[in-house]
Formats: sequence, structure tokens, C-alpha cells
Amino acid sequence: MEIAVRALVKSYEVPVRGAGLSAALRALFHREYKTVTAVNGVSFDIAAGERVGFLGPNGAGKTTTLKCLAGLLSCTRGEVTVGGYNPSKRQEEFLKRVTLVAGQKQQLLWDLPPTDTFALNRAIYEVPAAQYRETLDALVALLKLDAVLHKPVRQLSLGERMKCELAAALLHRPKVLFLDEPTIGLDVVMQSAVRSFIKEYNEAHGATVILTSHAMDDVTALCPRVMVINRGEIVYDGSREALVERVRPGRTVKARLSAPAPAALVGALDRRGCLRAHEGATLTLEVARAELGEVLAAVLAEAAVEDLSIEEPPLDEVMAELFAKTEAP
Amino acid sequence: MSGARSFIEKWRGLLGVGVASAVAYRGEFLVWILTTNLPLIMMALWTTVAAEGPVGRFGQRGFVAYFLGALLVRFLSGSWVVWQLTWDIREGGLGPRLLKPMHPFAYYAGENLAQIPLRLLVSVPLVLALVVGVGPAALGHDYRQWLLLPVLLLGAWLVLYTAMLVVASLALFVDSALAVWELWMAVGYVLSGYLMPFELLPAPLRRVAWWLPWRVTLALPLETLLGLCSVRESLAGLALQLVWVTVFGAAALALWRRGMRRFAAFGG
Repeated sequence: MEIAVRALVKSYEVPVRGAGLSAALRALFHREYKTVTAVNGVSFDIAAGERVGFLGPNGAGKTTTLKCLAGLLSCTRGEVTVGGYNPSKRQEEFLKRVTLVAGQKQQLLWDLPPTDTFALNRAIYEVPAAQYRETLDALVALLKLDAVLHKPVRQLSLGERMKCELAAALLHRPKVLFLDEPTIGLDVVMQSAVRSFIKEYNEAHGATVILTSHAMDDVTALCPRVMVINRGEIVYDGSREALVERVRPGRTVKARLSAPAPAALVGALDRRGCLRAHEGATLTLEVARAELGEVLAAVLAEAAVEDLSIEEPPLDEVMAELFAKTEAP
Repeated sequence: MSGARSFIEKWRGLLGVGVASAVAYRGEFLVWILTTNLPLIMMALWTTVAAEGPVGRFGQRGFVAYFLGALLVRFLSGSWVVWQLTWDIREGGLGPRLLKPMHPFAYYAGENLAQIPLRLLVSVPLVLALVVGVGPAALGHDYRQWLLLPVLLLGAWLVLYTAMLVVASLALFVDSALAVWELWMAVGYVLSGYLMPFELLPAPLRRVAWWLPWRVTLALPLETLLGLCSVRESLAGLALQLVWVTVFGAAALALWRRGMRRFAAFGG
């Protein structure tokens, strides 16, 4: 296994202080702390070359887990190995094997062109000149960076910076990519470009990718496997399809009819409990997979259909429903 | 790649980008140069005092040489790492550095050393002012001290750099690490020979301060430059520099290791 995590616990001592002058004065002499457990007994394995989405609401423990895997945080209890290394020791060979891209934090040198950061990384990671040239050329072509290579980073757009961040993070050809919100703040076109690039890199180099993102499109496009974490515990680990099937087993059917839907049809669909929305000639249904054929046959028998689509429920709706279930007392 | 070659490649790359960075921040550098004017103010003050007669062995020309030399030593051996590192710790810039296969202390050292070309450039007018304005007599004449001077300047930088690392590492534990550095500077103004020649300090204070780290960051290379001390004293100072670098380096590494256990990179 490329990554093995056993009973990982990460807790923090957080200072607490009441409001007001008296609390401030008390804190001068006696500081109180409370222990916050961000990750609580998480275990999982990830094989080399897998692409895994790490999902959860804000404060669920995703980023903390990712930092423990990347070696930025040491775990309070439990065991973590990445490529056979203990990340918290931050050995040189381990650091050359991994990379962390955090959407909101950057390694690019702000007042210098990206090429200077690339050159710095080449030196620090001791990338041989020929391999550096080859990798850089490939990254520049894939990410379309020609026009921005020699501009100071401060003059680049967010999307351009993010692409340069990715290039800087991948120049040493890491085998494990930790991506924390890699598309945050990017427009739709740029998000799609970044996703395609990550997938291509994974396929070309057999790299393992772990991604946290609130953009479910990232996860849908990239991750056949998802892990869902909530309140520091893993509440789901398996395929994305199986998660959708478990939480929302139905399919969303959208039908546009040539005329307003007959009342009898609407009534029948409503009685079956699958009618989600009805507006004139447009019907939105949510149908269990086993009943899909039967319901479609009934619609086609009662009305002329101009357009029809059958979709998985959107992942963000699935996640919202899953979190609502796990939050419920 | 062999160990030595890999080391050279690594540092060549680091220094190359460091020089580019120093050039990019030349504006800030210039402001630093222009605002480092305390030795000039002290020069004006002490030359006025010396108008009525020499103070110790310093006449007016002696004070001019001393404070121009103080500026020169400061430009060549100064470091900003305490501000850089505490800023990175507080603002989250340290996380990306920790993920690089290079210790942050080495990384910042490279960044600092890369400023040398720019520092040498601004030092030229000062050297000219010393030689032309004050006269070559104001400088030391023993070639052994000239050979020792670059080593002592490097030593002064190292003492300052490692002391700054100790203080900056405190930022992993407390919010106000920079206040400790303010204290270091306040004491250092007096005990390093920055406000007055070290030898003009009251004798009891001078005897204690001789062993403390401040003198070897400024007065030692300065007195060597001006030939105000013997070769033997310069060598003794070099030995003391080594002691302080070892002490501060070990303390910084120990604090860093402890601090890293507590460190929550860019928020938990």
C-alpha cells in the first residue's frame, strides 16, 4: 500500500478565554486550554495510483488528516506511513516523494517570475537538468503556461497562479499528490483544465492522488473512490457510485413533453412518490433504479416526450443528505 | 550525482534565485540602507565631543573612521531572518518551506547570503569614503588582519544569524518573539560598540561585555578593519565567535525541534 493509516488521532490544545477585561487579566496569570480532537481514530489504506476524494463539511478533519499524511502535522496517536515512510520525520526521500498543493497557500515567490520558483525547486529537489527540462516542457505544454512564465507572480491571475503552483509542485515528479482545494477560486473553464491535468499526471506517472474539495465536480471528475469524514471520523469509504446508491438510490429523470403533462399522469407519478417537480410540460422525477423501466414506460405511454435525461443525483446533494443524516441526533 | 556536486548544485540554485530576489526587493534594500543612519548620527555627536580634544585614543578623524567602519560592518554582516521567520511562522508561509527537502535554516541562510553582491555594491562608497576621506592611515596595516577580516565578518554574520534563529524559533511558542529581539538590539546598541567605541565603555562593563555575543558581531571586525586591536585579539575574538555560533546554533536547533512538535502548519 502506498498509504496506510491506522487509528490516527490528532488533537490540539486550544487556549480559551472569556470576553472582557476581567477575563483578559485572569488570562495573564492562568491560561485555560481545552482539547479539540480534529481527527478521531481514522484508518484506511490507499494503493499506489489511486485517486481518492476526501470529503466532509468545514472542520470535519479533512485538511488535518492531509497535513498528517504530508508530514506537516505529527499525529497524537496512531500510525501513518506514506510510501513506507513516517511522514512526521520529514526525511528527505519522503519529501521528494510527495507534494502538497493547497489552493489558498502558495510556494511561488511573489515578486519573481514563476521560472525562478521552478529553478529554486530544481535546485532544492536536486532534479537533474535534463529531467527538469523535459518535465518543465511537458508541464508548460499541458498547462499552457508559455505566456506567464516570465511575468512576476504578483501580476498573474488567480487561475494562472494556480496552474503555476501545480507546475512548481510537480517538477520533481512526486509519486503522491495531496491536493487541498486545488480549484478554489477558479472559474469553470480553469477548474476543468486543472482537473484534466491532474488526471493526465496520475495516468502518466502512476501517481497517487488524494484530493479534498468542496467542489463536487472535482470529485466526480477525478475520484472513483471517496472517503467521507465528519467530526473527525470516517463515515464512508468506498466507490463514489456506491455512496450515491446508498444515500440516494434513485436516478433523476427529467422529461420535457410536447404538451403540458396530463393530470392523470401527474397524479399517478405523485401517488408513486417519484414526482419531484412539475412545471407545464417539464417533469422532474426521482425513481429507484429497479422501477426505472416501469415509470418510463408509463410516461411514454401517456405523453409525447421531446427530451429525456436520466442522471445520477448530483454529488453535492448526496453529500448534503449524508451529512444531514450523520448530524441528526 | 555525487554528494559534493549535489551540494554545490543545490546551493548554486538557491543563491541564484536569492540574488534575483535581492534585486527584485532592491527598493526595500535601499530604504534599509538609507534608514541605517544611527552610526552617522553618532559620528556627528562624537566628532563634536572630540573637537575639544581626543576621547581616549579617538580624535575627530578616528571617530569618523570608526562610525563609517561600523556602517560598513553592519551592511556586510546584517541579517533579517528574525523578521522573515517569525512572519512565516505567524502567517503560514512556513508550511510550504517545511515540505521542501531542505532545512528552513539552510534555506533562509541561502537567501541571506545571496544579498552579498548587493551589499558589496553599497559598501563601495563607504570604503572610498574611508580611504579617500579619512586616509589610509585610519585602516589597519597588518596583512594578517586583512586576511582575517572576511572570516570575522562571516563569523559576525553567523553569530547574528544563529541568535536570530533562536529568537525566531521562540515564535513557535509565544506570540511576542520579536519583542525579545528588540531587547537584544537595545542591549546590543551599547555592548556591540554601535553607539560608541567598545573601548570607551566603563572598564567593569567592558570586562563583562568582552565575553558577550554583541561585541563579536560588530566591534571585533570593526577594530580589526581599523587596526585598533592586535592579531592575537582578533584571533581570540574569532574563537569567541565560534563559541557563540555553537551555543546559538545548538539552542536554535533544540528550540526548533521542540517547536516543530507544537507547530500546526497554516492552521489546524
